[in-house]
Formats: sequence, structure tokens, C-alpha cells
Amino acid sequence: MLPVLLLTFALALAAPALVARLGRQAFWVLSIGPAAAAAYALASTGRVQAGDFPVSSTPWVPGLDLSIDLRLDTLSWLMLVVVGGVGALVLVYCSAYFSRDAEGTGRFAAVLTAFAGAMIGVVTADDLLLLFIFWELTTVFSYLLIGHYADRKASRRAAMQAIVITTAGGLAMLVGLIVLGVAADTWRISEVVANPPTGAPAVVAIVCLLAGAATKAALIPFHFWLPAAMAAPTPVSAYLHAAAMVKAGVYLVARFAPAFADAAVWRWLVLLLGGGTLLLGGYRALRQHDLKLILAFGTVSQLGLIVLLVGMESRALALAGLAMLGAHAMFKGALFLVAGAVDVAAGTRDMRKLSGLWRSMPVAATAAALATASMIGLPPFAGFVAKEAALEGLWHDATHGGGGYMAAALVAVVAGSGLTVAYSLRFLWGAFATKRAADGAAHEPTPVHRRSWMLILPPLTLGLLGLLAGLAPAMGERLLGPYADEYPAGEPGHLVLWAGLTPALGLSALVLAGGAVLFWQRQRVERLQDRLWSPRAADLVYRRTMRRLDDVAADVTGATQRGSLPVYLGIILVVLALAPGAVIASGLLLGTTVEPAAVAWDQPAQAAVVVVVVIAAILATRARRRLKAVVMVGVAGYANAGLFLLHGAPDLALTQVLTETVTLVVLVLVLRRMPSYFSDRPLPASRWVRLALAVVTGAVMMALTFTAPLARVADPISVDFPDEAVEYGGGNNIVNVTLVDIRSWDTVGEISVILVAATGVASMVFLRQRSGEMLRLSQVDGDASDEQTRDVWIAAGRTLDPERRSVMFEVVTRLIFHAMVLVGLFLLFSGHNYPGGGFAAGLMVGIALTVRYLAGGRYELGEALPLQPGLLLGTGLFLSAGVGLVALLTGNEVLESVIIDLHVPVLGTVHMVTSLFFDIGVMLVVIGLVLDLLRTLGAEIDRQSDTPSRPAARTEVAS
Amino acid sequence: MIVLENTPSLVLVLAVGVLCGAGVYLLLERPLTRVLLGIILLSNGANLMLLVAGGRAGASPIVGNAPPTVRMSDPLAQAMILTAIVITLALSAFILAMAYRSWQLHGHDEVADDVEDRRVARQAAVNEPAFVDTDAAETGETLDEEAAGLYDEVLERAERERVERERGDGDEPEPGEGPR
Repeated sequence: MLPVLLLTFALALAAPALVARLGRQAFWVLSIGPAAAAAYALASTGRVQAGDFPVSSTPWVPGLDLSIDLRLDTLSWLMLVVVGGVGALVLVYCSAYFSRDAEGTGRFAAVLTAFAGAMIGVVTADDLLLLFIFWELTTVFSYLLIGHYADRKASRRAAMQAIVITTAGGLAMLVGLIVLGVAADTWRISEVVANPPTGAPAVVAIVCLLAGAATKAALIPFHFWLPAAMAAPTPVSAYLHAAAMVKAGVYLVARFAPAFADAAVWRWLVLLLGGGTLLLGGYRALRQHDLKLILAFGTVSQLGLIVLLVGMESRALALAGLAMLGAHAMFKGALFLVAGAVDVAAGTRDMRKLSGLWRSMPVAATAAALATASMIGLPPFAGFVAKEAALEGLWHDATHGGGGYMAAALVAVVAGSGLTVAYSLRFLWGAFATKRAADGAAHEPTPVHRRSWMLILPPLTLGLLGLLAGLAPAMGERLLGPYADEYPAGEPGHLVLWAGLTPALGLSALVLAGGAVLFWQRQRVERLQDRLWSPRAADLVYRRTMRRLDDVAADVTGATQRGSLPVYLGIILVVLALAPGAVIASGLLLGTTVEPAAVAWDQPAQAAVVVVVVIAAILATRARRRLKAVVMVGVAGYANAGLFLLHGAPDLALTQVLTETVTLVVLVLVLRRMPSYFSDRPLPASRWVRLALAVVTGAVMMALTFTAPLARVADPISVDFPDEAVEYGGGNNIVNVTLVDIRSWDTVGEISVILVAATGVASMVFLRQRSGEMLRLSQVDGDASDEQTRDVWIAAGRTLDPERRSVMFEVVTRLIFHAMVLVGLFLLFSGHNYPGGGFAAGLMVGIALTVRYLAGGRYELGEALPLQPGLLLGTGLFLSAGVGLVALLTGNEVLESVIIDLHVPVLGTVHMVTSLFFDIGVMLVVIGLVLDLLRTLGAEIDRQSDTPSRPAARTEVAS
Repeated sequence: MIVLENTPSLVLVLAVGVLCGAGVYLLLERPLTRVLLGIILLSNGANLMLLVAGGRAGASPIVGNAPPTVRMSDPLAQAMILTAIVITLALSAFILAMAYRSWQLHGHDEVADDVEDRRVARQAAVNEPAFVDTDAAETGETLDEEAAGLYDEVLERAERERVERERGDGDEPEPGEGPR
């Protein structure tokens, strides 16, 4: 089964390419998928008959207990034959249906084939969740197919309505499936049905499952999406809305009926949904003039009938229902395809404009007649056999203690079948008959544009199959009987052509006669229907609900989405103050297990540094000059580094000092372009609000900081870190080993964030590309000889305006640049055992580059490191994450370190840990970040702000 | 040796409070530069808080740097703070670039209210639709009646146009049966 499923989906993927190459003949290739499914089912008939059901199980998501469990029992066999067989015929039909220049044929072919695959999945899935997944896939594909002509409003509306209704039902069904799976403690459908849960879970599951089935099979009160879905191309209507997708709802009912059909809620729901739909659909079909709409309402009606039959607890009725399911697929598929052929030939489906087609399209008329005969239950067609069995079973149950329930079902079926006869004849007459005006004169025959055998053969095949199946009822009984026998009650039913002069035969005759009268008096019936109530309520209620939903959504959006950043942040902060703040306050008032304890300071020096922090932070808030605020924040940051150092965190202190420096430089680089003062907003009221919120937040944070360490009772996880660091990580600096080894996945995530941020900065400044062009000195003066540049301190200095140059700075830069890079490398290599590491090293090298840039301008930056930052970032991330994968090759975990001791002459033993490469990657990412910042916020802003009078800019314009 | 020594020191608690308070005050401002400075101060406060939560001060967490009897400060909290510091740098740069871009486009770096959000709220307040969805508009027909007027692309273009003319789209046929 799985290969067939995969083949169909693979064909769907290949469909656009196939259509592009072969044109509409590609549908022939695509029909292989469903045909294979039907062939597989037919080939397995022997095994299915013997009760040796083919199964296949492939693990999919073991963590969720989800596996692709497929099973082909009798019901699945029937459905697979229907889905595969009709699917293949419809695809073949498509190869002649659409015109050669029709738009979107490739997409249509892909979606239709994928739909066939999803349908194969639905009917063979033996896992509750897998069933749901395929079920929803059919919903999505159906949406795409109904909305195939996306440029037409009616198509879009119909598609939207269909997906909203079927998805809502699908979600309800999901709830039911989960309740079932949990209550039955298994996700296997076969096991659930064998041992169904009882009690409240069963009731919930039944209601939810039937809701799903009702939306899918277009039962009342959700029936109205199906006629609207006739906006889809006709082959889609034939397949999805007659033979396959709507049958999924029937399938669901039939699948779970053996388990639940004796529950009261199931019985009454099935009677109400099935019987009501049967009558409503038939009644509405009598009023239609569009051929497809007659068939659509007819389908609604027939689906009600089949659900009613397969949903009842009786074995005889189940057998009749399954037979009807197969017969319906044949005759309704055929009739839709004929309607399409008529549409192609005559250019209209409006029966008021069609006349005399039986003469110009005799074969199509024959196919339609065969199918109609089956639909109205004329012997010896399949429809007759199924309807006889249904009437026989209902009569038997109604007269043998079935009570009012069975009697109601019998009346509904007889009345519904009468309506079926009437609208079926109406269809046949409307499509092919020669119409006459009131004075008896025949109308002109409708001209025929295009005919194709490929549009006639598939419906003819289906019509003939309906006749053949009716001639061999015993075979049908043998094939379908085993599933009906799983139902809980009733005598086993029989499928026969001639059972003698039974009451059922009388009912059949009554049905045919009544239907014929209704058809004969069709004009009176129509007038009567016009005067009587026209049941459109469900449609209206649906649309009113959707409009109300839109209103509520707009109200909620308007109420919550105020569009103001301070408001959003304020809400977050208020929640922070209220939630943790309230917990802490209640703890303080009511007492907790936390023993309050505190020391003034760990070291007296902390007090001095905190004074600096406090003053700097407060001054930063009060500053009106941008530069002053930035400097104050910088001071607070440096002071923080002091606190880190005093706490015993040299790595943090080092990193903080370096980042603070880079931040400060970058801030100043940007601020030089902005106004020196903040714009003042004369809103003192909001200032008080902000102040209050700030004070409250600060207080809550203080309370949190105070309680957080006191609330800890367990040993810290880092107790073992020192030993692990030395033993596995091969380093003494525990913080660094934590970063590159113990928690290296975190670090990979973090440098990814850096990469994203750097890319974001670049894209916001360069706007059109990832990076600007690489600025090299040779672009400024191509003729300058090497000697000329070699004897100056900073080669690119002369590209700057003389008043912006500083000889002292250039000299110092020349002197310290290499030393700084060296210090950076030292930090990298020593970081495993002493303070340092990739972050500090990268920042150090970055600062060295910053100095070069500040001294010599943007061309100097290009000379100092002529690489694109993206290259550094990418290489760095690859080294860090990619090298981690190497450990897999040596049989270790991802990112696990390997310690290597190399004996190198002269240097002696070199102790090397593979996580060094990880650290090198980190360093490259950080260098890439700083380089990106310098090139964007520094060099690019220089370029944007330079006036053309400067020499550098002039050259750029010239080049 | 790492032992949980969890008494907080009050000066650090004070520093956390002031940094966070000042950060929030700036964060709620309109100019992006101030928002950015607020975020930097808040990050500093949060880092310090993590440090305090990790336990009291101790020897630097480097094996062999101090005698084994001396208590070591918690390296895990420090590793977390270290990554946080560098992320703050990247984030600051991003906000700064936004501020610069905003200045470039509007001549200032103030965060304005979202005009579209305001419009939606205004429309909702007077119970008007915020946008017009022509697909959802009422046409007086049911969707199945509309579907009956749709035809598939089954004929070549020239022929199709002729048929559409014949079909006379939009014209209702006579109430009686049969073609005209």
C-alpha cells in the first residue's frame, strides 16, 4: 500500500513538469497512480476475502507514537477500488476536457493527483492521527481545486466556504479521534473498533466524529457548501464531490458504525442527519436548471441515504449501504462526466438552453441513460439491487420490532427515493431531450462545438459497470458481506436481483411511479416550490456568523493592538510588576520558607563601584544630549565590569570591557550623524507615568534579586563542572569550557543570533545587497606605486580630509595594531585555561580593526582586512557547528571534544583540544560582527554623508 | 569547589534595581536612541541579577587558580551572562541601525504609532469594517447560484469567446423551459 501511496504523491510532484512537457496528455501518465491503487486493491481481493488483511506499518514519529499504519480490510478495499478506479478514469477524462490553452493546467494536475493520494491515505490509514492528517490534506486540496479559477470571485467564495466548514468539522473530528485514542489506549483504528470505549468518552467521540463526517459528506446543516463547490471544474466535481471526498464522510461513519451503531446518540444523530439530508437534497434538486446543480443536490441527497444505511446497526442495511456506496460512485461519477461532456459540446449546462442533444450525442446520451437507470433503481442495475436490499432490510426491521425509529427511516428512504427518481429523470430529460414550446413546436437543436471520445468513454465505462455489477449481485454480496457482518445486530442481508414478489418490490414500484409522476408534473412542482418555503436558512446563518466573526475580530484587534510601542512595553512591564511582584509581596506578608538573610557587601570595594553605577545610570536618564547619555551608559557598563571582577568573574569583566568599548565606538559613529540633542516631548504627565513604572519595576527586580538566591535549596548543577571541565573538556577555565563544550549547543545558537543581527544591520544600511563593495586603496589611486604607500604610517590616511587626520593617532595605530591582534590570538589560545576565549579574542581583534578604521578611514579598513564580513560569519558558524559534526565520524556525540597531545620538536608537547576549532569559529563570527558594524555604521555612513568635494568621493563618482 | 553560598549582598541588589529602573524609564521613551540606551542598562541589570542568583562572590572559576579549600563562584551563571553580553552587543547594533535608518527616512528617530493599527481601532470603535472584502460582500445570490454561472476553460480562446457571446452572460433566460 505504501508504495502506491508514495507513487501517487510522487506523480503529483512531477505533474507540473509533465504537463509542461506533454501538455494535457500528461494526465494519462498521472492516472497511473490511482490506477495502481485500484489494481493493488483488486489484486488483493483474495486475501481480503479470506480475512487475511494486508497491513503495513512504517515508523514515522516514534516520539509521538505516530506510525504510518495502513490496513486493507473489506471496507478499505471497496473504497480503494472506488477512489482508485474513478480517479484514474477522471484523470483520463481530463486529458481531453480542458482546452490546450487553458491556464494553470499543471497546477490543477498536481493538486488533483495529490488529492487522489490523500484519498488513498484516508481509506487505508489504520492510525487515528494518520487518518486525520490525510483527511485534512483532502480538505486543503479540495480548497485548491474548488478555487481553481482563482480570478473568479464565485470560485474564491465557494472555496473559502468549503474549507471553513470542512476544517471546522475536521477539528471537531480531531477532538473525537483523540478522545477515542486516549480512552481506548491505542491509536490503531482496528483495535479501537474491536474494543470501543463506552460511557462519556464514547458519547463525546461519537458527536465529534459525526460532526466531522457531516461537514465532509455535506449533511445538514452543513450541506450548502457542496452545491457551491460546483464552482470547481467538472472533473473535480465528478471525483471529489461525487465519488471520493464526500465519500470520506461516509467512510468515517461506516468505519466506526460497527463500534458505535448501537449507542442511542449515534442512532438518532444518524437518522436525523441522514434522513433530513436525503429529503432536503432531493427537494432542492427538483428546482435546479443547471445540470451540475441538479447532480450536486442529488449527491447531497444520496449521501444522506448512504450515511443513513451504513450508520444503522443492522447488518442487512449495512450491506445495502455499501452496495449503494459503490453504485453511487459509478452512476454519479458517470453523470458528472456526462454533464462535463455536454458543457464542452454545447457551451452551456443550462437545461433551458439545451435541446435535441440525444440526436447529436447519442453515445453520451446512452451513458447518461445507463447511469440514470442505476440511480433511479431500475432493474437490473446496481442501484436497483442496492435499493431493494435497503428497502427489504428496512421493511423487515420496521415490521419486526424496529418501532417508530425504523418506520421513520423507511418513510424517509421511500420518499427520498421518489424524489431521486424525479430529479434523475429531470437531469436526463434536461440534458438530452428535444424541448417543446407551449404550442408543441420543437426547439432548434443546440449546436455542438467539440466532441471527444475521451469525454464519452469514461462515463460510458462507469455506466456499463453499473449494469454489470447489477447483473452479478451474488459477487457483490460475497465481496462486501464480511464487513457488514461486523455490525452489531440484525440478520445478514442479501443482494439479489429477483427475490420474488416481496413488499420491497412493491415499494420499489411505488417509488418509481411516484417519481415518474413528480417528473411528469414538473412544472406544477416547480410552481409549488416557488410558492412554498425555500430552505436557505443554513446558508444565511453561515454567512451571518462569518460576518459577526469578522466584526469581533476587528473589535479585538482594535482593543488590543493600539500600535504604540510604549503602550505594549508598558503592558509587559505592568504584568512583570503585578505577577512576580504579587507573589513576592504575598510571601513577605504571609511568610514563606525562604529565610531572609543578607550581607551589605561581599567586598567593600563593591559599594564604591555601585555608587558609580547608580550615579551614571541616573545621569543617563536625565541627559538631554545624546553624547552625554551614551557616555553615561558606557560608564555604567564599565562599572559593571568592575562588579564582575570583584565577584570572581574575570572572563565576564574582560568581555564586558571589550563589548562596552565596541558599543561606545559604534554608538558614537552613528550619533555623529544625528542631532546632538534629543527631541523634547512636552508631555510631563507621561513622564510621571514612566517614572512610576520605572520605580515599580526596579523595586520588583530588587525583590527578585533578593529572593532568587535565597530560594535556591538544591546543589547547583555546576558542582561537577570543575572535574568535568578538566577531565572531558581538557581545560581549566570552567567558564570557557562551559561555552565551547559542556553547553556548546547554546553557544551555537547564540552565534547564530549574532550572524542574524549582523546581517540585519547590513541589510538596513546597504539596503540593496548584503555588503557594499570592497573598498581598496587601489581604487582611489590606481597609479600609485607600492613604494609610495609603504613609507607612510597609515597607507590610506591621505584619502581623508587633512583636517580629519591626526598624525599622532596614525603613528600610535601603526605601533599597536599588530600587538592588539597578537593579544587577541593569545586570548584565543590561552582561553581554555585562563581568562579569554573566542568571544574576547574576537572582540580584541575587532577593536584593533576599529582603531585602524578610526585612524585611516574606510579605505584603511579595507586594507586592514580585505574580506567580506559575510565570509567571516559563515566560516565561523561552519567551523563551530560543522566541526562539531566531525565528532560523529569518530563515534562520539555531536560537539564532543577530543583531547590530542601532539609531540612537536622544539615546542615540546602541545596539548590540544578539538573544541579549539569551535572557539576559532566563535572568534570569526565576532570579528565578522564587528567588521560588519564598522563597514555599515562606519564606512557606509561616511560614504553616504561625504560631499562630492572630498577626493575619495570624487574618485568613487568617477569610477 | 563550588558550594551554594546564597546570601545576596545588598549593594548588588541596589545596583540591579537602579539599572533596571533607569533602563525602564528610558525604554518607555519615544526616541530610538533612548530606547536603545534603556535596553543596554536593562541588560546590565539583568546580567547582574543572574550573577547574584548564582551565589556569592568567590574565587574565579579557573581550576588550580586558588587553593581547593577556597569557594569558587558559580561558572554556569557566568557562562550564561557571557553569552548575554555579546548578544546585547549584536542587538544594540541592530536597534542602532534601525534608529539610523529611521533618521535617514524621517529626519528623526522617534517611534511613531502605527497608523494602520490606529485606523483599525477607530473603525472598530464606530463598528465599521476596517477593510472591504469584496469576496465577502453580499450579492443577493447564494453561492450555488453563482457557481451555476461559472464555466470551465474547455474551448480554445477564439471559440470560447464566441460561445460566451452566445451564452449571453448576465441575461436571464425566459421563465419557461427550453432554449430561446
